[in-house]
Amino acid sequence: MLSIKNLHASIGGNEILKGISLEVKAGEVHAIMGPNGSGKSTLSKVLAGREEYEVTAGSVEYLGKNLLDFSPEDRAREGIFLAFQYPVEIPGVTNIMFLRTALNEIRKYHGKEPLEGPEFLKLVREKTKILDLDDSLLKRPVNEGFSGGEKKRNEIFQMAVLEPKLAILDETDSGLDIDALRAVSDGINKLKNKDNGIIMVTHYQRLLDYIVPDFVHVLLNGKIVKSGTRELALELEEKGYDWIREEQKEEVV
Amino acid sequence: MNEIEQFTKSEYKYGFSTDIEQEMAPKGLSEDTVRFISAKKNEPQWMLDYRLKAYRHWLTMKVPTWQNVHYPQIDFQDIYYYAAPKVKPKLNSLDEVDPELLDTFKKLGIPLEEQKLLANVAVDAVFDSVSVTTTFKEALKEKGVIFCSFSEAVREHSELIKQYMGSVVPYTDNYYAALNAAVFSDGSFVYIPKGVRCPMELSTYFRINAENTGQFERTLIIADDGAYVSYLEGCTAPKRDENQLHAAVVELITNENAEIKYSTVQNWYAGDENGKGGIYNFVTKRGICKGNNSKISWTQVETGSAITWKYPSCILKGDNSIGEFYSVAVTNNAQQADTGTKMIHLGRNTKSTIVSKGISAGRGNQTYRGLVKVSKAAENARNHSQCDSLLIGDKCGAHTFPYFEISNPSAKIEHEATTSKIGDDQLFYCQSRGISAEEAVSLIVNGYCKDVFKELPMEFAMEATKLLSISLEGSVG
Repeated sequence: MLSIKNLHASIGGNEILKGISLEVKAGEVHAIMGPNGSGKSTLSKVLAGREEYEVTAGSVEYLGKNLLDFSPEDRAREGIFLAFQYPVEIPGVTNIMFLRTALNEIRKYHGKEPLEGPEFLKLVREKTKILDLDDSLLKRPVNEGFSGGEKKRNEIFQMAVLEPKLAILDETDSGLDIDALRAVSDGINKLKNKDNGIIMVTHYQRLLDYIVPDFVHVLLNGKIVKSGTRELALELEEKGYDWIREEQKEEVV
Repeated sequence: MNEIEQFTKSEYKYGFSTDIEQEMAPKGLSEDTVRFISAKKNEPQWMLDYRLKAYRHWLTMKVPTWQNVHYPQIDFQDIYYYAAPKVKPKLNSLDEVDPELLDTFKKLGIPLEEQKLLANVAVDAVFDSVSVTTTFKEALKEKGVIFCSFSEAVREHSELIKQYMGSVVPYTDNYYAALNAAVFSDGSFVYIPKGVRCPMELSTYFRINAENTGQFERTLIIADDGAYVSYLEGCTAPKRDENQLHAAVVELITNENAEIKYSTVQNWYAGDENGKGGIYNFVTKRGICKGNNSKISWTQVETGSAITWKYPSCILKGDNSIGEFYSVAVTNNAQQADTGTKMIHLGRNTKSTIVSKGISAGRGNQTYRGLVKVSKAAENARNHSQCDSLLIGDKCGAHTFPYFEISNPSAKIEHEATTSKIGDDQLFYCQSRGISAEEAVSLIVNGYCKDVFKELPMEFAMEATKLLSISLEGSVG
């Protein structure tokens, strides 16, 4: 469903992504790992359409369309969802109001009628149930005064309601204690199915204990330098990234 | 590049003008102008004398310059002080109103015809200088409520006018109050008798149509013991290249246990994106809680005008009286606003609340200026002020000047102020959920204004929400 070829992107003249290629098929879970500053978050943001980043070369094909042609909101409407590393607060706007606006914008894009109050509420209640969330969350302003864990769970809740085809989870595990991590992972696992793809960006292997990836990629210096399976993540956990850096140097030499 | 950088104009929806025969006073201001207006209105001698006193006092005053707004000097001789649609002398029913005029009000979305009225809204429509028609007059009469044009009140309820007019805002109060007292053309008058809860929302719609015309209306609302009224004013004006002056005076009086809720949705033409044209909205609004346990509540949504300069205020004279001020002010493009309130605590156990939400976009510049004064005798006065500013883009400005004069140590005063910005992060977050940048601004702004909108009557809250989106249209790229 997603095909990234030789993607280069920069911000303020600094090249961050230096030729990324990645294929994601429906039903697959990909983990992207890498040290700080390797370009993981940049990749997430570029896919979601953040405009500060300039794509200087390469292509991104999504469901047969050129993703880079779409505005950020149209990408979302086409089924791409970015779970933020740092979810943003919107004071005074309740979660439910926010989600209803979002869902109805997406529905409008697809020529569907907006969901009215009661129907929408029903849908939302179903999702809170699946994710085992408290309904009081709905009436609170978006992310305002949320704990770190609540913010991350709220991202997954939004994902549940918007039902994306491709979810990009940007360090969804960061800042979570073990219980919160388990809750968030449970949620993601429940939403996973054979029709949607997931890209998980993470520092740590521990998330992968809960959500088992089909593929693991190592991002270093703006490039995917190694791809493998679950085992690669375990190896990274044990040895860190230095051995890959060494391998890279040797290759260059 | 930067999401919030591009500013484009949003079309002013109410910018049409009506081609209607006007009767005008000669341009310029003199004693003759004042006499002309008074004669046109068939006013009694005492009213003319009052006007002339005000005019002579005005001549001794200087244009105030302390406010944080900038505009070229106004030539007071270059303004028409009276313009009235030329119609039959006296109107008894809607059928007699010029159809052209009715059409204008229709375009403005004012449900002037009774059958089309939103449930329970009585409308007094002021077109340039005269009040055109007051709907629902009969229904109100049954309850003893007087709701009529100011001119009519001068003729028919002169005792009340003599007693109350100028009692809250004397003509000596300030430059524009003096000017208004001299040349005021029309406005609304409301009297709610003892113990009556006004059965419907009362509403006045102001419209400036004629070119180079000043609009100087006066509103006087009196709620007698135990009475209650909710009053709303709305304002629009056609698009013109010249600036037009609007200098109104509003006086509110509540006796014991009475309450007045005064809501304004102000959408005067704001000028174009370069600041050409637009209304100068210089208004004096003040209420006095005269009786014990009385309450005055101001709610304003200010989206229009090139310059807005006003401080709806409360004098809390009665013991246990309550003053409230809820405000949303928007300045986009080249708009300027210097607005706020004064809460003067005189009685014991008086309480005031100030919630001010400023929104600046474009090159808009906005100042909150508020005074909380607690006099020596005002035991146990309470005030809570909250002044928030929201910036959209990086070329606009927001300033907050809170003043506190506290002469009684038992006073409890709280002040909170915040400044925030609709950031690219917030916009991107919304966009990544499928919400367009425009829609996102509207969502964020409405969330920000929620504390004020909830004070507005339902249908006006919806109108305000819509207006806000229109005013900020095009404020993001």
